[in-house]
Amino acid sequence: MKNGREPVIVGLADAPLEGGRFAKNASVLGHCALVANEALKEAGLSMKDVDGLLTAGMWGVPGPGQLPTVTLGEYLGIMPMFVDGTNIGGSAFEAHVAHAAMALREGYCEVALIVYGSDQKSLRSRTLGGRPSVLNMQHETPYGMLTPVGGYAMAARRHMHEYGTTSENLAEIAVSARKWAQLNPAATRQDDLSIDDVMNSMMISDPLHLLDCCLVTDGAGAIVMTTAERAKDLKTTPVSVKGYGECHSHWAVSEMPDLAHLLPAAKAGKRAMEMAGVTHSDIDVTQIYDSFTVTVLLSLEALGFCKPGEGGAFVSGQRTAPGGEFALNTSGGGLSALHPGMFGMFLLIEAARQLRGECGARQVKDAETALVHGTGGTLSSGATVILQKGLQT
Amino acid sequence: MSYDKPLPVIDHDSAPYWNAAREGRLDIPLCEDCGQHHFYPRAVCPHCYSDKLKFDTVSGRGTVHSFTIARRPAGPAFGDDVPYVVALIDLAEGPRMMSRVETDDPEAVRIGSEVEVIFVKATDEVTFPYFKLAK
Repeated sequence: MKNGREPVIVGLADAPLEGGRFAKNASVLGHCALVANEALKEAGLSMKDVDGLLTAGMWGVPGPGQLPTVTLGEYLGIMPMFVDGTNIGGSAFEAHVAHAAMALREGYCEVALIVYGSDQKSLRSRTLGGRPSVLNMQHETPYGMLTPVGGYAMAARRHMHEYGTTSENLAEIAVSARKWAQLNPAATRQDDLSIDDVMNSMMISDPLHLLDCCLVTDGAGAIVMTTAERAKDLKTTPVSVKGYGECHSHWAVSEMPDLAHLLPAAKAGKRAMEMAGVTHSDIDVTQIYDSFTVTVLLSLEALGFCKPGEGGAFVSGQRTAPGGEFALNTSGGGLSALHPGMFGMFLLIEAARQLRGECGARQVKDAETALVHGTGGTLSSGATVILQKGLQT
Repeated sequence: MSYDKPLPVIDHDSAPYWNAAREGRLDIPLCEDCGQHHFYPRAVCPHCYSDKLKFDTVSGRGTVHSFTIARRPAGPAFGDDVPYVVALIDLAEGPRMMSRVETDDPEAVRIGSEVEVIFVKATDEVTFPYFKLAK
């Protein structure tokens, strides 16, 4: 039943980078505030309209980042009455869209602001070292698995064992991402990349090479959501949130239910697509979290774009590159555009820009429906959002 | 000789496990209600949610479910170990655990390789259950 409270994305912004670092000087909270203002402004809204605040991050921990919405709300100078600091890793923002959608439908909130920022590149704070060796991690960290790449490597090896997937299959994903990045002026890496380059890059955690891994950059992004009724009077092309789902299964790698199959992605994706009333053939553009090449391959299978074990064939022959049959990660993704620790925010921004038709050389023609799927932790969480152009009323 | 790699922060759930490892046994929880083992040790069974648990000494035999060869260290303390094999071991009794496969030839490790536990002392308090390829 339509009542005007259907959730809609009306504002988007991301911070400009230079060489993977913030182009402007500000603290991480400053970058959050700057992109928040910009996303509100393009919709014709301002911070005083915001009554819902959603964020997740890795800044200020231990310390004020332990209560991130509280700290960010203070910095922004607002007193939100709907807040969500859900952190399920890089997919948190897909979950935030879902939670904001429910709050908007319920009348619990009128204007929701979802924000993320990270200055990990500038701080050089990203390491491959382990997580503190407490609670469940006391049984993993002491063994020296590179974090998080080692867990993804074990999943990749398991998929190779069960289905004959190859390093070349995975390299196809990195090369496709680079080709899209070459069409995106904001992408961090735009130099030519071949399948051989990926396969000959330094082995980090067997079987994953350096160029199977995402970038390490800064980044900040913001999304503004409101109701369909309110969106009618705003300045931007509205993007409707038609479906959503979220799920997680494990934190410790030993607890992953099935290394070669992403059960959370399968559950989240199924729910989101059913809610939206769409099938795979309705999806014009797809944004899938690419922390590592294998993340994409496993997600494509779990989301049902191909059968289990067919991911390698699905991405072969640059099918997902510009001009290919399946438009995937059109910004260049975490592999080539930016990856500021938690990339799910930027999957959503790119999908919404595609639906607005703002993507220039990389624009997917007549894109009306997008699927966004985030992954967090060590293949721990999955959250899916289905977006459609316009108000859909 | 000091040990500079991460050590477990032992808690009430895990103390019997680490105590047993120090004494050369692999003891993991067994649920008296559903009869299944689990790992890592918890106060409630993750299979049936019962709290009727006891520690049971298991065989120490298992197979490699998956593994990675770390070509870069997870921090400087692991630098001398490179390359080293971090693996998920499916214990004969069912549970899966992360550990190391100690070998001079990382390339010889395979998914499905049979392994058996060895105990590697780190400090007076902590001994790790590592695994080696079974003969």
